[in-house]
Amino acid sequence: MTPAIELIHIDKRFGAVHANKDVSLSIGQGSIHGIIGENGAGKSTLMSILFGFYAADSGEIKVRGKPIKIKSSSDAIAHGIGMVHQHFMLVDPFTVLENVVLGVEGGALIGPALTKARSELKRLAEEYEMDVEPDAIVGELPVGLQQRVEILKALYKGAEVLILDEPTGVLTPDEADHLFRILGTLRDQGKTVILITHKLREIMAITDHVSVMRRGEVVANLETKNTSVGELAEAMVGRSVLLHVEKSKASPGDVVLEVKNVTWRDRKNIARVDDVSFTVRRGEIVGIAGVSGNGQSELLDCIAGITTPSTGDIIFEGKSIGHLGDPRHLRQEGLAHVPEDRQHRGLITAFDASESAILGWQFEDELGKGFRLNRDLVIANCKKEMQDFDVRPSDPLLRSGKFSGGNQQKIILAREMSSNPDLLIVGQPTRGVDIGAIEFIHKRLIALRDQGKAILLVSVELDEIRSLSDRIIVMFAGRIMGERDANATERDIGLLMAGVQKDAA
Amino acid sequence: MLDIFLSAETLSSTIRMSVPLIFACLAGLWSERSGIVDIGLEGKMLAAAFTAAAAGAYFQSPWIALLLAIGVSILFSLVHGYASINQRGNQVVSGVAINMLAAGLAVVLGNEWFKEGGRTPPLPPEAQFPIFHMPGFDAVQSIPLVGPYINILSGHSVLVYLAFLLVPLTAWALAKTRFGLRLRAVGENPHAVDTAGISVAKLRYQAVIIAGILCGFAGTYLSVALQGSFVRDMSAGRGFMALAALIFANWRAWPSMWACLLFGYLQAVGLRMQGFKIGDVEIPVQFINMLPYVMTVVLLAGFIGKSIPPRASGIPYTKDR
Repeated sequence: MTPAIELIHIDKRFGAVHANKDVSLSIGQGSIHGIIGENGAGKSTLMSILFGFYAADSGEIKVRGKPIKIKSSSDAIAHGIGMVHQHFMLVDPFTVLENVVLGVEGGALIGPALTKARSELKRLAEEYEMDVEPDAIVGELPVGLQQRVEILKALYKGAEVLILDEPTGVLTPDEADHLFRILGTLRDQGKTVILITHKLREIMAITDHVSVMRRGEVVANLETKNTSVGELAEAMVGRSVLLHVEKSKASPGDVVLEVKNVTWRDRKNIARVDDVSFTVRRGEIVGIAGVSGNGQSELLDCIAGITTPSTGDIIFEGKSIGHLGDPRHLRQEGLAHVPEDRQHRGLITAFDASESAILGWQFEDELGKGFRLNRDLVIANCKKEMQDFDVRPSDPLLRSGKFSGGNQQKIILAREMSSNPDLLIVGQPTRGVDIGAIEFIHKRLIALRDQGKAILLVSVELDEIRSLSDRIIVMFAGRIMGERDANATERDIGLLMAGVQKDAA
Repeated sequence: MLDIFLSAETLSSTIRMSVPLIFACLAGLWSERSGIVDIGLEGKMLAAAFTAAAAGAYFQSPWIALLLAIGVSILFSLVHGYASINQRGNQVVSGVAINMLAAGLAVVLGNEWFKEGGRTPPLPPEAQFPIFHMPGFDAVQSIPLVGPYINILSGHSVLVYLAFLLVPLTAWALAKTRFGLRLRAVGENPHAVDTAGISVAKLRYQAVIIAGILCGFAGTYLSVALQGSFVRDMSAGRGFMALAALIFANWRAWPSMWACLLFGYLQAVGLRMQGFKIGDVEIPVQFINMLPYVMTVVLLAGFIGKSIPPRASGIPYTKDR
């Protein structure tokens, strides 16, 4: 059978970065083909070339055996290729229908197109188990449904080949399962699905074939049923990786942090954090699980002193800090914070590494007396931290923004950990970080715990929460849905993340 | 006192004063809904006003004046478009540059061509736009009390009626046409438009050109129909007032018209209050002229809810994330 898509000797450079090196790939019709690789391995670039977003420097693309030129997204769409981007390409204030017809209005007036789309959506919804209210405003839909709109958009435009770029990052486990069911149905109806992901589990769960990319090259083409998670991970990183974090049992000590009935309301007076209470003890890692946007970020802000709770209190080392709203003071008291948003809050991308490495500590006397900042000391400090945390390249004068995600995170962790804090709060420690660095960061967090420090971990990666935490708290819609110990099953936590309490059971 | 606020004359003047605001406000609406912030409405209006007055004086035809004014205004918008679409420059800076360029050029060229200190010669009646009388309105005038009020709808320059016709036309085009849909989309999320296989740059150029055409009308109305000649800086902040009206109206066509009518009314009242006395104290003209601007600030600061601009406005589009 002719493959649905053939990519032949695709090569692409962005300046000095060789994003795709002579990539050849063949994707069978009516199959689910996974493309897996670390961040920056060139997966997204390759798919953007296939979708006409970038032009390849050289190489050939064949669709169903015929060589074609794809100069823009409209060429790709015309050849039956559709893409669901990682960041949705939706117009938020538009209705579902308006989003679906955008680009295929069929005439100068949109009325007829909307009518046609309405009946077509109904058909697709029945065929693929994809119900969406056609007149809903897209921006008001939950992310899972927004993603469904993206898929419907592609199908409406006649996609035979559907590319999905990291589709599950924003979904609960349940929503992800539903998505996989939809993809399975699509395959059974003869459509071809290309799934880009860095999650090994997803590859194992639903793909038929898998290609592994590393540093711009395809290093392996495998049939999923003949491979294993270990083999794929090794192919991705180029060496064998420790997938499970090894840690001893926690021996929790005194309470370091106590969050008492904290509620935080936004400007519209909606409680984004709603009556949250928990404690964190010395020598334990408490993980907060939840789908992004369920109040975790706001809770972190309250504890770190970036904002203050509307009601309730936070006790740190026996002192009430809820009303302070003074991160600098808290830092000096021993509360270190690795913010969720690395690029905006963790460091200043335009600063060089040595400057980013002292943010929050720039007033300390050991970096220069009085108002003076001693540049030599700042650089020496950064050098030491870089060595300690294996930051590459270990150049204190390189701009912070030029480091890879993993190395940026290491710079921040080094800064926060070197102050020897009593409590470390960490938001999304490994978002956009490659496997090698994830392993390193996880080990350092465990080591800090074993020194008897308290750690509060917030992550949307359930695997990360489960492998690191000694206790797991699940947040949904600003509330704590439940607390579980480290042995809780994924299904159990997944249900809590979706807001389902297990009282009935 | 009441006479100033509610007389038929004041209301009639309100209509006239609001027309340049409506043209300019709709110009801003088209541009900003596509994601291009247009601080340069003022400059384009002024350039058009000067061109129209100069061309009117030379050719003695309002239509040639209008065409040339629109041409010049489009030229200015293309400069803004090139800076903000192709070169991905800062749209506010580009707009401010256009305002300064227009203000300077009009005076220099006016002085050079007409030697009247930047003024243009007054236009004779032949160089004026035709006046449109509503059929049957002569009879209305004689109805007691309400007659004069109904009559304010009649007897304006044809451009006045065009301005008010453009409001429903704009609302309809944005909501119901393919172009309108794409234009709204590009102002909210250009990435979505690009991945749908539509050219972002082309759409934005079209929007910017529409803004140019509408500013051409605004300027022409100002110098030819309203004043009969060009005087330096005659746009007097109307471009900014139109922008304020646009924000006030939350970037929608019908509310834009109401906002412009309100600002037009304040200007009309301001004109009529010159020399107005409270007791023995004459209120300074400057104070009265200030009212529309103060009102704008007050309205924007407190009396309207949150207005949400098109999400992508002011942000140059690049493919890279």
